[in-house]
Amino acid sequence: MRAFIPLLLGASAVGCAAQQPVPAPAPRPALTAADSTPKVSPGAGALSLPNADPFPSTYRPFAVRTTVLRNATIMTAAGPTLRGASILLRDGKIAAVGMNLDVPSDATVIDGTGKFVTPGIIDTHTHLGVYPAPGVEALSDGNEATSPSTPNVWAEHSIYAQDPQFPRALASGVTTVQVLPGSANLIGGRGVTLKVVPSRTVRGMKFPGAKYGLKHACGENPKRVYANRGPSTRMGNVAGWRAQYLQAEQYRRRWDRWLADRKGEPPARDLNMETLAEVLRGNILVQWHCYTANDMEGAMEVADEFGFQIRSFHHGVEAYKLADLLAQKGISASLWSDWGGFKVEAMDGVRANIALVHAAGARAIVHSDDASGMQRLNQDAAKSITEARTLGIDISEDEAIRWLTANPAWALGLEDRVGTLEPGKNADVVLWSGTPFSIYSRAEKVWIDGAMLYDRLNPASRWRTDFELGFVPETEGGR
Amino acid sequence: MTIMTRFPAWVSVACVSLAVATASLSAQTIAITGGKVHPVSGPAIENGTVLVRDGKIVAVGSNIAIPADAQRIDAKGKWVTPGIVNATTSLGLTEIGAVEQTVDLSASGQGDGVTPSLRVWDGFNPASALLQVTRNDGITTVGLIPRGGLVGGQGAVVSLGDGALGDVMLKGPAAMFADIGSKGPDRGASRAEVYQRLRAVLAEARDWPRRRSRYDANASRPLAARPVDLEALQPVLRGEIPLAIDADRASDLVVALDIGKEFGIKVALTSATEAWKVADQIAAAKAYVLVGALNNIPRDFSMLGARQENAALLQQAGARVIIAGGVDAFNARNVKYEAGVAVAFGMPWDAALRAVTLTPAEMYGVADRVGSLQPGRDATLVIWSGDPFELYTRAERVYVRGREVQRPSRQDELMRRYKTLPPDYRAKP
Repeated sequence: MRAFIPLLLGASAVGCAAQQPVPAPAPRPALTAADSTPKVSPGAGALSLPNADPFPSTYRPFAVRTTVLRNATIMTAAGPTLRGASILLRDGKIAAVGMNLDVPSDATVIDGTGKFVTPGIIDTHTHLGVYPAPGVEALSDGNEATSPSTPNVWAEHSIYAQDPQFPRALASGVTTVQVLPGSANLIGGRGVTLKVVPSRTVRGMKFPGAKYGLKHACGENPKRVYANRGPSTRMGNVAGWRAQYLQAEQYRRRWDRWLADRKGEPPARDLNMETLAEVLRGNILVQWHCYTANDMEGAMEVADEFGFQIRSFHHGVEAYKLADLLAQKGISASLWSDWGGFKVEAMDGVRANIALVHAAGARAIVHSDDASGMQRLNQDAAKSITEARTLGIDISEDEAIRWLTANPAWALGLEDRVGTLEPGKNADVVLWSGTPFSIYSRAEKVWIDGAMLYDRLNPASRWRTDFELGFVPETEGGR
Repeated sequence: MTIMTRFPAWVSVACVSLAVATASLSAQTIAITGGKVHPVSGPAIENGTVLVRDGKIVAVGSNIAIPADAQRIDAKGKWVTPGIVNATTSLGLTEIGAVEQTVDLSASGQGDGVTPSLRVWDGFNPASALLQVTRNDGITTVGLIPRGGLVGGQGAVVSLGDGALGDVMLKGPAAMFADIGSKGPDRGASRAEVYQRLRAVLAEARDWPRRRSRYDANASRPLAARPVDLEALQPVLRGEIPLAIDADRASDLVVALDIGKEFGIKVALTSATEAWKVADQIAAAKAYVLVGALNNIPRDFSMLGARQENAALLQQAGARVIIAGGVDAFNARNVKYEAGVAVAFGMPWDAALRAVTLTPAEMYGVADRVGSLQPGRDATLVIWSGDPFELYTRAERVYVRGREVQRPSRQDELMRRYKTLPPDYRAKP
């Protein structure tokens, strides 16, 4: 791996919100929009100097209460399931998990008898906000399909924060999502990691300090979209990535040299190359849409040639065919259990894909790429467990829960902050009506950073987006 | 935890002998004993027996005398139900969605969107690899439906047994399919224009038996549709098969019901995202309503009222509810999970089972063959390891007309091949 070369130059004061201590939450009513704090900065862009985080998060946690969920079945995603256990949420963090917790006098106590507790679900692959509901052309902003390589575009600049799919994610236990550009392009642009919270600004949803992802796409999509101007073949796809990274390597060298001695005029900035240089420096996590084994093979070759890591293959319908290679290379796989068949590169889809990848020792992830599937990632996990059993592979729920939580957290570089129920982690927690591996179970309450943002039993507290007002009936039950 | 296997017999029995074995099975008497039997036509029977002879059910109950020559299948701890019906699929009509040569769902261009004479089952491929995938999961009966067009054509019902179309066909035509919703034949047309055209076609079809001779004598004004299509609409006008109308917005569903009343025809509603808003009217019209249970996203302006309680609310209002997901071939198997989700969102379990068995059989007019466990019905049934809607449950034995139909699917072969890496391509999967 290449040495990390910090890019935060004169603008470093603008700051990486991640490194600031989380301020004590200002008292605010639950479910008001997270507000942005106005900041005046020199504006690094104006100086033509690169800035690793030009649009930092303005997310601030919602009002929290010290809360104890008691006598529940707790799936920590970090060890064996604890039955009849309690979990203490305090100051936005998980303070304790165990059998005999002392309940602080100021704590709200919620009885979890018969219920299950898991970490918030994390979806590595959504198009929330960039392909929002309603699916009309006017709001369709997910593919900058004007050039096969557009690392200069950032998904966060397409997001419609009033997409009614966000509250549906939250109501199904999804607390963190990566929003990616579409898959028309070889390199489609930067993804962004969001907390699933109401906010009038996109920056108010951004997960503070999360690394960016960069969307790449293999196979049929780019060659179909660019059939007339190229690439029109898979070999054209690979040549396209190589050409881009050759250029990026030169750019990175030029800039890193200048950053080391700062002599003379800085080199000219190029937004495409800036993003790719960050991939080469290891500062952006590569998220690569690939279906077939041979497409994944091609992507891995390009990554090896230029010395960067692929963090996750997405869709990977044939990941089970080279799961051992993914394990060797430390590449996670964001998968479905039963989407397939809709095109040739998806025709070898099998229901045990996730389980087979897991069994081979790679990091398996259940992802959605779909706002309906996103609400049932837990069901996909159960389907894969079931199918694996017919193959004689027995996977415990304690392992499988990680497909929904700890493993996607890793794919987003957030494994130290979310994805398990361990003291010190963010209090992103779901209380389920029953085991999340049953079709009949539903999320009942959802906390993000210790704030209860969804409560099925309290419809009055329901988050309704601007879009829904007057358009979507305010129905009882449901989400 | 026990490891369940889908093909207890398959490992040791070669395919050839299996085929022989299954062929002889249909002439046998089979007694499925000790299971929790859900006949759907009546209350569940604990420790029940289902007796099958020559591919038909001959007895269902708790005190059934078992003939000495019967093959006994111990279903203790298992659940026994009719085979699941997925009422709206493109199974055998689509292999790979993006490969045109494998997609046979619609009339292209002809008839200006009015093609009632299209019989979609003529393109059915009994060799589709997806049939095995689907029936392995306990879905034994499917509706084959056309897509697209204002009146796109006729659909059929097949059971997923072995053999050519003639062997598996239960009924065709079983319904006529129309689409007046936002996904209609011509997005440029206004709703009023779409209804106008549909009414004109139905009126012409109603008059057609009287007008036919004048047309043949070349003494007719121009027709609203081609003669062959007017002919094909006659079973709809006679009330023999329903006109299944695809629409989502509540106001469109009401128009569909109105059109049914005007022409005295049976109407069924498909997709029907906002049906819960007009549930009472749908119930009063005795119209079948086919809905999914997953959709809660206002994907377009015709679906702003999408909610997962749709099926439950329709059922509460007394409507004839069928749970049907998308018109997918690859995941036609998942309709049972859709029923499970409907239960999670308020539908009684028994009603959900009926909504994927007997009610669709009734709509298509094949309830004398499938959809319930009663004497005289086809022995098209499933032995499940537990609740058929649950994610951990396996369809352990699947019978179509008394024959076991589970065999390794293409997907099973792939999984077996790659279970151990690297794979050995020389070995039989």
